[in-house]
Amino acid sequence: MTTTPVPMGSSPAIGSTPALEMRGITKRYPGVVANDGIDLVVRPGEIHALLGENGAGKSTLMNILYGLARPDEGQILLDGKEVRITGPSDAIARGISMVHQHFMLVPVLTVAENILLGDETMANPIFLDRGEASRRIRELGTRFGFEMDPDARVSTLSVGWQQRVEILKALYRQARILVLDEPTAVLTPQETDEIFAVLKRLAAEGHSIIFISHKLYEVLEIADQITVIRRGKVVGTRTPAQTNEGDLAELMVGREVQLTIDRGVSHPGKPVLEVSSLSVADDRGSEVVRGIDLEVRAGEILGIAGVAGNGQDELVETLVGLRRPIAGRISLAGRDVTGQSPRDMNEAGVAYVPADRHRFGLVLPFSIADNVVLTSYYREPFTHGQIRDDKAIESAAEEAIAAYDIRTQSATARAGTLSGGNQQKVVVAREFSRELALLVLDQPTRGLDVGSIEFIHRQVLAKRDAGTAVLLVSAELDEILELSDRIAVMYRGQLVATVDGRTADKQEIGLLMATGGRERTAELAVAAAAKEPS
Amino acid sequence: MTAAVPAAAEDRASRTTLRRIWAAVGLPLVSIILALFVGAIVIIASELLVGKGGLDLGLPLNAYGALFQGAFGSTDALVQTAVSTAPLLLAALGVGFGFKSGLFNIGAQGQYLTGALGAVAMGVALAGAPAIAAVPLSVLAGMAAGAVWGFIPGFLKATRGAHEVVTTIMLNYVAISLLAALVAGPLNTPKSISPVTKDVGNASLPVLIGSNGHLGILIALLMVALVWFVLYRTTFGFEVRTVGANPDAARYAGMHPRLLTILTMTICGGLAGLAGAGDLLGVSHQMTSSFSTTVGFDSIAVALLGRSTPVGILFGAILFGAMRAGAPLMQIQAGIPAELIDVIQGTVLFFLVATPVIGRFRFLRGAHTGLDTTQITRSYGEASR
Amino acid sequence: MDGLINGLYGIPILGILIQFIGYVVHIVPDISPLLLQAATPLALGALCGVICERSGVVNIGIEGTMLASAFVAWIVGVAIAPLLPADPSPIFGITPTLLIALAAALLTALLISLVHAWLSITVRADQIISGTIVNIAAFGITGYLFQLIQKGSPTSAGAFSAFTPPAQLVQIPIIGWIFNMFLNQGPIAMSVIVIVVVTQILLFRSRWGLRTRAVGEHPRAAETVGINVIRLRYRNVLAGGLLAGLAGAFLTMEASNSFQTAMTQGRGFIGLAAMIIGRWTPLGAFGAALLFSSSQAIAQSITFAPPGGDLGNILTAIPAQAYDMLPYLVTIIVVAGLIGRSIPPAADGQPYEREAAT
Repeated sequence: MTTTPVPMGSSPAIGSTPALEMRGITKRYPGVVANDGIDLVVRPGEIHALLGENGAGKSTLMNILYGLARPDEGQILLDGKEVRITGPSDAIARGISMVHQHFMLVPVLTVAENILLGDETMANPIFLDRGEASRRIRELGTRFGFEMDPDARVSTLSVGWQQRVEILKALYRQARILVLDEPTAVLTPQETDEIFAVLKRLAAEGHSIIFISHKLYEVLEIADQITVIRRGKVVGTRTPAQTNEGDLAELMVGREVQLTIDRGVSHPGKPVLEVSSLSVADDRGSEVVRGIDLEVRAGEILGIAGVAGNGQDELVETLVGLRRPIAGRISLAGRDVTGQSPRDMNEAGVAYVPADRHRFGLVLPFSIADNVVLTSYYREPFTHGQIRDDKAIESAAEEAIAAYDIRTQSATARAGTLSGGNQQKVVVAREFSRELALLVLDQPTRGLDVGSIEFIHRQVLAKRDAGTAVLLVSAELDEILELSDRIAVMYRGQLVATVDGRTADKQEIGLLMATGGRERTAELAVAAAAKEPS
Repeated sequence: MTAAVPAAAEDRASRTTLRRIWAAVGLPLVSIILALFVGAIVIIASELLVGKGGLDLGLPLNAYGALFQGAFGSTDALVQTAVSTAPLLLAALGVGFGFKSGLFNIGAQGQYLTGALGAVAMGVALAGAPAIAAVPLSVLAGMAAGAVWGFIPGFLKATRGAHEVVTTIMLNYVAISLLAALVAGPLNTPKSISPVTKDVGNASLPVLIGSNGHLGILIALLMVALVWFVLYRTTFGFEVRTVGANPDAARYAGMHPRLLTILTMTICGGLAGLAGAGDLLGVSHQMTSSFSTTVGFDSIAVALLGRSTPVGILFGAILFGAMRAGAPLMQIQAGIPAELIDVIQGTVLFFLVATPVIGRFRFLRGAHTGLDTTQITRSYGEASR
Repeated sequence: MDGLINGLYGIPILGILIQFIGYVVHIVPDISPLLLQAATPLALGALCGVICERSGVVNIGIEGTMLASAFVAWIVGVAIAPLLPADPSPIFGITPTLLIALAAALLTALLISLVHAWLSITVRADQIISGTIVNIAAFGITGYLFQLIQKGSPTSAGAFSAFTPPAQLVQIPIIGWIFNMFLNQGPIAMSVIVIVVVTQILLFRSRWGLRTRAVGEHPRAAETVGINVIRLRYRNVLAGGLLAGLAGAFLTMEASNSFQTAMTQGRGFIGLAAMIIGRWTPLGAFGAALLFSSSQAIAQSITFAPPGGDLGNILTAIPAQAYDMLPYLVTIIVVAGLIGRSIPPAADGQPYEREAAT
């Protein structure tokens, strides 16, 4: 387990006055404390990694730094002086720049235009000085080791080059503090290496870099300092020399697993869902599910753990018929169902609880009753011929309201007027109230209150005990551990490991989620070692 | 809500019903009242500026009185109101049906014109045939022609991603030219001084009441019921509404948004076409090359006012139909030009969407402020990528 | 049916085409000032659309803005003409009355655009509904007031006159007519070409243009580099409104000297069409506007002076309305992507909600 930390880049002399100091930052949103007294110190020339799970509070902290959110408590000091940052332009003026996870680039504009935007180099009060701008962009590029064509359209660039444009945008504004929000999430390993080289040169020139990530090996490779945040609090600060992946994973996910309900014993039967070599593309056409094989048996719950955005949504959407795979085969109870429509899948006994219930799960302006029959409205007893039977629909809704404890005045209330928990119960009621072969759950309890979570978990277990095959995708590791009989870890579109849910170790899974497995880590270490011939 | 206190429960129930009604009609009602108020200011101000008389605060009352008189004051007035309401009602049902499905059909005008054109072409051809055949065939021909004019944008949207707002605007003007070309060309009466078609003769809609209370009024009312039934009582209507309210959920529910887009636009066109056919066969009986209508924009106003529901549209259409019918009397008696109706219409729409203005009224809390349809035009910019 | 097909084969198509080109070359110099004149309101309307939509606000109220400004230009002129000296200046026949009327027209357009901007940017109402409100209200209020005024005695405050270019310039062989086209014009038509070129350059070379294009494509990105999306959109909608107002003033102060009910006759919508076909660029929109006005003008000359021979027979067989339809049909074909798809700015028509600084 002792992966040698990759040698640090040649760190410059770290100055004594911090470039940035955030003291006791607290930010509350209704129902959650997103940041709870966070302290962060970043020195000039330092690459400071901010490590934490999704929702740990990293983004909130950075939004506060960038002026997009106001802290409820705490101070921000730049070069030792307290400042109040009122908005993005103020942050930029103070030398803070942010590279957002979703690039803030205008695709139809050129590189130069994107870089100039908002801080234009002018030839005179009206016209841009494009010649001067191009010259500066080329110069900056060369200084940090790449040739950038200022006149290329951004839409024609690869993701890696778009990121360089974002970095140039910050440098062009003479940023001294550069925040990168999960910069490697969309990059290939080669691109990642290249960007790291750029970042190291930036640091060597005295820029401070805040690097947000949840990938342990990357953090160990690039950072001078690592601050780990969990549930809005700083749980530890390390240098790469003091720590290793195991230590960081434990800090990041915590040690304790709280089992709140007894899940009983599972009795797996025949395979229900069999997926082989499944590949799926996302909306932009890049392959985000890459040759997955999996099997779910009747009466078992297969949990798929993974950091959000590793292809889980696309996998799930393919399984329920909303997406067509680009390769591979899906079979249900031995029958090939590859590429079938959502209705075909529904009729074959597949139920789906989507991650975004406002998108696929509910029609908010419609009544509860209409939502309860959303996938079965066209069948008896809800329709005779083409004519709806409102009585039958309403009584089905009444049953669902009673059976699933949906708190509402009547079945005719609009779904949009319900609380989040009750909305999710409507989805669950619709999807669970029939004979099921396969139950596909994508983050089924995201954003719900404790009571609703427990209720839904019990329903899921009941379905399993009744012999349904259950596929559970969640970014909440606790939820996966609580329910799953087997756990597979999804990383970059692949399932990197499958473990027994009963004996699973939280640290181990957290590590797998963050690194994609040891082979991957070793591979990187080898690659990195090969690159540093000294 | 136990059985022990039935009186309280009943009271509460009736209060909820009241609240629901208020939620539905509060905003339109207040918008209309405000618009009438603005209309009154326009009357007074314009008289001050260009009229001979000085400040006459009674003039708006006289004008609105005459308007009411002209719309409801006699049997003839009532019939005239019904005659003006019918096309508005049909076209607005077409627009509202589109809204329900998330489509902004500003092509009611073109669909109305092609509908009239189809009806006159068939009507002239069957002018000598027995009415029992000539009337239904001509009506159907008009409806079909309007449906074609709705199908085109629907098809182009579903297959090519062409935004319906652009295509329907363009088709409105194509319809104007097409109509002029056909009336001046193949449909022209030989030896006429200016281009005009022959009379539709036996294909004229029978008059049921008064001097011109034609069958089209009845057809329009039937269509309210039919559209309501289709929207709320059939699976097809459920699909249309689901696609309009949440296209992603519709796809998951196994519906076919593209096909529904084509069907919906075709139905919108058919309804507006029926409006044109009714006016042609029931009122004008022939067509000049300048045959035109204000139904295009009126129907959008009516559909928005009626919140795209058939019953709401019925009330909206009666309101504006009555105004159109009463306007001539207002012009004669109070000297107020009929175009005041357009001013009022524009103002009603303004108050319907101008939520910050309406939001100032405390008593409107609980009423739906802002339209459900405030964002009908989805992804205008992204539509074609 | 067979007869018809055989007949078609019998036509020497190439010959006809050459004849047609010859005819166009023959007539265009005579009607060239008319071409630009007819194109002027279309081009100005299209430019209004370009400026609004490039920043992400759809404006289908151009027609109404134009109509209202046309009316105000006329009525203000009529109202103040008796109060001011009436000696027209030798250049363009400018009088103080006309200048004040022009200013009033532009102010009207500004106010109308402010309503549209408020509804679509601040209220975030559906921009198509907002444009529809402008159209309905403008049609109503102008028609209403015009009716009232007509009861008095309709008069005119005169109009700008056309500049007469030197005869030597116009008579230059082969290209003389081009000078005639651009110089034998009143002030508004003559300024159109300047406005088009200036807008084109500003849109692609200036800070304002860069920011406008960014805001229309990706407002969030613009906001993160400190651009005030809301303010920029307001400014653009107002600036576009000025151009639509100029188009309206052109109709009652230059192309004619009086107002007629609903006199814009869809020019605002043809402007939208020209904008789309011109791919949201000023030069392209101007080209499309010229194309539309030429097809109209050629259609008219065919009815007045049809060419002889087969060509004449064919052309006169095409109803004049076919040429009226042309802009609209071409637009439908283009938005459907059947030839050369034209793609609107990505954020066009989408209200922008500022990222909440909580």
